Amino acid sequence: MSRVVYLDNNATTMVAPEVFEAMKPFLSGRYGNPSSFHSFGGGVRRDIDRAREQAAQLLNADPGEIVFTGCGTESDNAALLGALELAGPAKRHLVITRVEHEAVLQVGHYLKDKGYRVTELPVDRSGALDLDQLLDSIADDTAVVSVMWANNETGVLYPVRQIAEAVKSKGVFFHTDAVQAGGKIPVDLNEVPADFLSLSGHKFHASKGVGVLFVRRGIKLPPYVRGGHQENGMRAGTENVAGIVGLGVAAELALKTMTEDYRREGRLRDKLEKGILESCSNVYVNGENRLANTLNVSFEFIESEAILLMLNDLGICTSSGSACTSGNLEPSHVLRAMGIPNMLAYGSIRFSLSRYNTEEEIDYVLENLPPIIDRLREISPFAQRIS
Amino acid sequence: MWDYTDKVMDHFRNPRNVGYIKDPDGEGEVGSMACGDVMRLMFKLDDQGRIADAKFQTFGCGSAIASASVLTELIKGKTLDEVEKITNQEIVDYLGGLPEQKMHCSVMGREALEAAIENYRTGEVSTRKLEGRVVCVCFGVTEKSIRNAIEENGLTTVEQVTNYTKAGGGCGGCKEEIGEIIAEILGREPEAGHEEKTAEPAAPKKLTTLQKVRLVEEVIEKEIRPEMAKHGGDLELVDIDGNNVVVKLQGACAKCEMTWFTLKGLIESKLREKVSEELVAVEEK
Repeated sequence: MSRVVYLDNNATTMVAPEVFEAMKPFLSGRYGNPSSFHSFGGGVRRDIDRAREQAAQLLNADPGEIVFTGCGTESDNAALLGALELAGPAKRHLVITRVEHEAVLQVGHYLKDKGYRVTELPVDRSGALDLDQLLDSIADDTAVVSVMWANNETGVLYPVRQIAEAVKSKGVFFHTDAVQAGGKIPVDLNEVPADFLSLSGHKFHASKGVGVLFVRRGIKLPPYVRGGHQENGMRAGTENVAGIVGLGVAAELALKTMTEDYRREGRLRDKLEKGILESCSNVYVNGENRLANTLNVSFEFIESEAILLMLNDLGICTSSGSACTSGNLEPSHVLRAMGIPNMLAYGSIRFSLSRYNTEEEIDYVLENLPPIIDRLREISPFAQRIS
Repeated sequence: MWDYTDKVMDHFRNPRNVGYIKDPDGEGEVGSMACGDVMRLMFKLDDQGRIADAKFQTFGCGSAIASASVLTELIKGKTLDEVEKITNQEIVDYLGGLPEQKMHCSVMGREALEAAIENYRTGEVSTRKLEGRVVCVCFGVTEKSIRNAIEENGLTTVEQVTNYTKAGGGCGGCKEEIGEIIAEILGREPEAGHEEKTAEPAAPKKLTTLQKVRLVEEVIEKEIRPEMAKHGGDLELVDIDGNNVVVKLQGACAKCEMTWFTLKGLIESKLREKVSEELVAVEEK
């Protein structure tokens, strides 16, 4: 395979070499079932316990508050549906935002169809929420409020601590989808009084197929997969041992390198952003107050699928919030919620970095991107409008 | 990642005939920014009435660029009578196929060609032409475009119509209507509860101001408002100033980038059909 410059880390990340090494024994010699009586299997239980401690440390939580799941989407589903069940049949209202990941949005749509009231909070042009509006939307029958920690498409951060404190003061459950924040920035559940939080292993260099649902001590989440005692009976089924062990190591690694990674990724992202703004005209950055690894940028007059295809020819992996790449005809719900004009929403590209990106890779992109933009603008009927 | 053929990738990477022609004999532009695709086609004829040169410009994805590029190759050297027969399927065949969800790119190519030929014949600048009734307000797709796509490509499902024309791909409010059009063309029984429009009287020719106001109100109430409600929108009649009907769009339609289609394609065309040909729908700013 020819050169690959991977700048799509909000989609998934490389499994860290340390993580892979830690997983290997559980995919070969140590294949025992942690629920077994014999020490060959039962001994594996200790490795899962260790991973639970590591995951808890990443969140400054207690190991007893960690439920291992299959992915971030499962965690989101389980948290929202579980919270509604706990809140009781009289609470028929759910508050989410218009920029949530589909894993939350579609649960909202499903519940709406079931007769629940669902408030989808708007955001402004910078991607920010109006906190007063959020609080005003909470009513007597509100069961749960769910606001993401950081947005996957734009990297926009939400003030979850402030939101969690306010929501909790009204006696309502609070869930946050921290899939894009976990492992990238400090997520301290001692500071943020969230009841539920979702993480996904493969977004921070663990493998696919493993996620975390944090459930605050004292909350008895009803079982949502029945058939065994695993995960405190909440989520039955034999554990994804290798995945869980890997997530634990990835969490420990993230905690260790977070400050340094964040600084480095931020510096490279800023170089990329500055470079693009300087070398291309009519370019707009989407979102303010963002994660340091994310750059969502719109190229006026051209459509992003065409840009992605050209970048792909050069081995540069990025993604877009555009319609054309997904078979979905309308552009990204996140950019539309922000009120980004259609042409800019159709022309948006997301670059997302990880600790494994190098300066040389950013230089490679900055060298190759401007000619692609120029070429596509030559084809565009709007190009002549550039002065 | 789409499974594009080598031919599509070739025409995307090396598009033929990009650019514009000064003083073209025919020029057509279809699509709109709100739809995410715009295609402009221009041609120049030689002494024998054959297309001597053709150029295109496209805002769109890889397959939209490739479809336009192929189209220019297909029409060069042919007479207008010959190119008029070119179907979107020929563009698709030339490209060795397109993913189902991208068929609308080939349809747009054919529509750009139609618009350019019409411009040559009538001198009319047919940008964003909306012939007939708009069915899909999100993407500004007319009943005529939907019927053409169904008939020329033998479509049988709403999903296919969305792939070929984009109609129904936004809010989905028009899916039922698309289903009715398919049923009608395939000779199936139309869905129960579908009202026949032909039974209603045509618009009277001369109206007093009072009659006009009342009729406008009635058409808005009975025909336009329910249609907009399907898309989560609403409107308020602000004023009738001569032939200008001033309205204020509300709900989903007010924020939508497609207000132009709502205003012209739905409100104005309904008012012209039912009240007077001279009416113009204007949005209150």
